[in-house]
Amino acid sequence: MNKHFVSALVTGLIFGMGLLVSGMANPDKVLSFLDITGNWDPSLMLVMGGAIAVGVVAFTLTKGRTHSLWGEPLRFPTRQDLDSRLIMGSLGFGIGWGLAGFCPGPALVAFGTGAPKAIVFVVAMVAGMAMYELIEKSRTKTVS
Amino acid sequence: MTIDWTSFTPWASLSGGVLIGVAAAMFILLNGRIAGISGILGGLLVPKKGDVLWRALFVAGMVLAPTAWLLTGPLPEMQIDAGYPLLIVAGLIVGISTRYGSGCTSGHGVCGISRLSPRSIVATLAFMLTGFVTVYIVRHVFGL
Repeated sequence: MNKHFVSALVTGLIFGMGLLVSGMANPDKVLSFLDITGNWDPSLMLVMGGAIAVGVVAFTLTKGRTHSLWGEPLRFPTRQDLDSRLIMGSLGFGIGWGLAGFCPGPALVAFGTGAPKAIVFVVAMVAGMAMYELIEKSRTKTVS
Repeated sequence: MTIDWTSFTPWASLSGGVLIGVAAAMFILLNGRIAGISGILGGLLVPKKGDVLWRALFVAGMVLAPTAWLLTGPLPEMQIDAGYPLLIVAGLIVGISTRYGSGCTSGHGVCGISRLSPRSIVATLAFMLTGFVTVYIVRHVFGL
């Protein structure tokens, strides 16, 4: 198996471990963080702070480069415009996040514990992603 | 607002955040890709040749994180208060809207903010806003 595949697996594993350590994989804690007018648990600010602090260094190191250390092209999103899909989609995501306390990464980690509720959430989330693909497919058909 | 100091876990959350940042750093520096969970997972639903295995392995790494964790000790607390109907609704919303919004907490919130992407900054503000508002309405308007 080539090294790119090994690093994909290891990266996913480290990411998942980080979510477990940080408390993000616990929906109850996530909802306490989102409850700013109640009994607020600010812990998750530090999750983002820690992740972004490392992220800034990493993305600064990519400046002026076109390829990764392993010779893969650096695939950055190139769009700069703020369109309604981005904004409406993100507003919608926050509603779903606030309802159950799960975002996609922590949901996958919770799925891995075998908790029935997490499995149901992930199945619904993947179904939602499939709905997006179906809607987009039918839209492009109508246009062309 | 009152701060819930008893639930506050600054060191765990900060170190978990650093691990998440390390994963995001590895993925861009080695594989040349953004570690955005909704995009990686969603891409599996429209499989393209040569684009499946790395996604599947990344997701597998995340799902296997709790199993790897169990080798070292008991899993941290994971409390899911939402009932099944709410989990299904929330999962569908998170799935469809993260695809429309081109990302979630990882791709926009961690990677996008780290590289100062205007789209990601707007997206993160948008989902944080509706996340706060949703929890406010559920907990303090409906009192659930």
